[in-house]
Amino acid sequence: MSTLKLAVVAAGLSVPSSTRLLADRLAEATARDLRDAGRQVEVTVVELRELAREIADNLVTGFPPPALREAVRAVEEADALIAVTPIFSASYSGLFKSFVDVLDRDALTGKPVLIAATGGTARHSLALEHAMRPLFAYLRAVVAPTAVFAASEDWGATGADGSLAGRIARAAGELAELLAGRPAAAKVVEQVVPFEQQLAALRRS
Amino acid sequence: MQFGIFSVGDVTTDPTTGRTPTEHERIQAMVAIALKAEEVGLDVFATGEHHNPPFVPSSPTTMLGYIAARTERLILSTSTTLITTNDPVKIAEDFAMLQHLAEGRVDVMMGRGNTGPVYPWFGQDIRQGIPLAIENYALLHQLWREENVDWQGRFRTPLQSFTSTPRPLDDTPPFVWHGSIRSPEIAEQAAYYGDGFFANNIFWPKEHFQKLIDLYRERFAHYGHGTPEQAVVGLGGQVFMRKNSQDAVREFRPYFDNAPVYGHGPSLEEFTEQTPLTVGSPQEVIEKTLAFRETFGDYQRQLFLMDHAGLPLKTVLEQLDLLGEEVVPVLRKEFAKGRPAEVPDGPTHAARVAAQQAEKTEEVAK
Repeated sequence: MSTLKLAVVAAGLSVPSSTRLLADRLAEATARDLRDAGRQVEVTVVELRELAREIADNLVTGFPPPALREAVRAVEEADALIAVTPIFSASYSGLFKSFVDVLDRDALTGKPVLIAATGGTARHSLALEHAMRPLFAYLRAVVAPTAVFAASEDWGATGADGSLAGRIARAAGELAELLAGRPAAAKVVEQVVPFEQQLAALRRS
Repeated sequence: MQFGIFSVGDVTTDPTTGRTPTEHERIQAMVAIALKAEEVGLDVFATGEHHNPPFVPSSPTTMLGYIAARTERLILSTSTTLITTNDPVKIAEDFAMLQHLAEGRVDVMMGRGNTGPVYPWFGQDIRQGIPLAIENYALLHQLWREENVDWQGRFRTPLQSFTSTPRPLDDTPPFVWHGSIRSPEIAEQAAYYGDGFFANNIFWPKEHFQKLIDLYRERFAHYGHGTPEQAVVGLGGQVFMRKNSQDAVREFRPYFDNAPVYGHGPSLEEFTEQTPLTVGSPQEVIEKTLAFRETFGDYQRQLFLMDHAGLPLKTVLEQLDLLGEEVVPVLRKEFAKGRPAEVPDGPTHAARVAAQQAEKTEEVAK
C-alpha cells in the first residue's frame, strides 16, 4: 500500500512550545502504530506561528500566499490530521481558528482527526470537548474519541494509567485504527457537471 | 484584440486627502473616464452593477446609454450584470434597447454578484446562486433568439406567448461574456453556449484563473464551437503607472495600503509579486500584460481596473493617457505577433452580423 500522509498542525506561540511538544509526541506515537501495522507514514508539521502574517493576509485578500498555500495543501492532501492548539479564553486560539477558516470548507470532510490542546491547568481541558470537537464535527471530520489535553503539570507526572503518556498512546492508537485499511487518499480531481445535466436538474424539480 | 477599462463604481475616500467624493461626483467621474477611454483609443468601457453603498452603478444601461450618446466607437459593456437577481426579461429588454441606441456597440458580462444581501433584497435565495444563473440565462438566451416564447421555470413566473421588445439589433443579440472568480459551473455554462469567458484576474494569483480558463477552453471545444484556442477569453488586470517606476510605487502605496479589497493585509511588494497587479513604469505594465498570454493563451479582450481605491479623477485620467499613448499601442503590436490566424478577434456587432449572414447564406446554399 502507498505511503500514508499525516499532517500535524500546531498553534503554539512560544518557541519552543509545549503545544508543539505535544504535537510531536502524538505524531510519533501515531506513526509508530501505523508502521507496526505495516504502513509507511510521511509526517508534515505545520507550525502556525510561522504563518501568522500569511494567515492574516489570507483573511484580508481571500487567497493564501506561497508558504501558507503549501501548508493548506499539506492539510488537504493528508490522510489524517493531528490538530493541537493552546487553550485561550475557554477555546482554541484565534490563530488556530483563523487557519481553519482559510481552509476550503470541504477540506476535512471524512478525514480522521486527532484533537489535542495545552493549557496552564487541567481546568481548561474540557475546551477540547466543548470547542474543538464541535468545530471538527461541523467540518465533517471523523474525530478520534480520545482528545488529549496536556496541562503544565502533566509534563512532570509519572506514568500511571491516566498519565499524559497513556492518553497519548490511546489517542494515537485510535487515530491509527481509524486509518487502518484505508487506502492512501487519492488526489482530488475537480470534476465539472455537464451543462445539460445542470439544466435538466432544474427542469426536473 | 480589444483593450479597455472596467469600473467597480466605488465611492472611496482618498486616503491622501481624506476627501470622499459625492455620489454625483463619482457618477460624473465614471462618465468622464469612459469618454476619456474613447479619446485615448481604447475599445471598451465596462461598468459594474451594485445595489448598496458605497457603490453608485445600480442602473448600468442608463449610464451606458448616456455614454453611448457621447461616444462613437467605444464598446459599452458590464462587469458584471447580475444574472441571479435581475429579471432575465428585463435584461433582455434593457440591453436590446441599449443595442439600438448605441448602434450595436454593446455587449454584456453575466455575473452572480458578491454581496449576499442583494439576493434577499431582490427576493432571491443566495443558496440558489448557480441554479439562478443557469435558468435565468437560459431564458435570456431564448428571449433574444425566439420571438414568441412559452416558458416555465423554477424561479420566475411563467411566460405564454411573450415577445421581448425591441428585438435585438439586426437580429443579432449582444455578445455575452460570463464572469466567474471561482465556479467551474460558470466556465462550463460559457462553453456550452459558445459565449465568452472573463476571468477578472485581479486580486488573486494567476494559477487560480488558469484552471478555470483551461476548463472553459476544453469544454468550448467539447461542445463543438471550435478549437480550444478559438474560445473567447477576456482578462482583467490592474495597473498604476508613472514614467518612473519609483514614482508609481510612492504615489500608489497609500491607496494600496488602504484599498477596500486588499488594504491592511499584504505589502504592495508582496501583492504585486503574487497577483497580476502591476505598479511601475509603462514598460513594466507592458511586460506583465504580455506575459498573460503565456499563462492563458491568445485572448480577445483585456480590461484594466483604473479607477478605484479613492484615486482622484485627475490621476485616473492621467493613467488613461499613459495607457492609451504608451501601453496599448505596444500591446496591440506585440499581441498580434505570432497570433495564429484562426484565433478570433474581440467580438463586435458588425462581425457577428456578418457571421450570421454568412451562416444563413450557407444554409440557403444547402
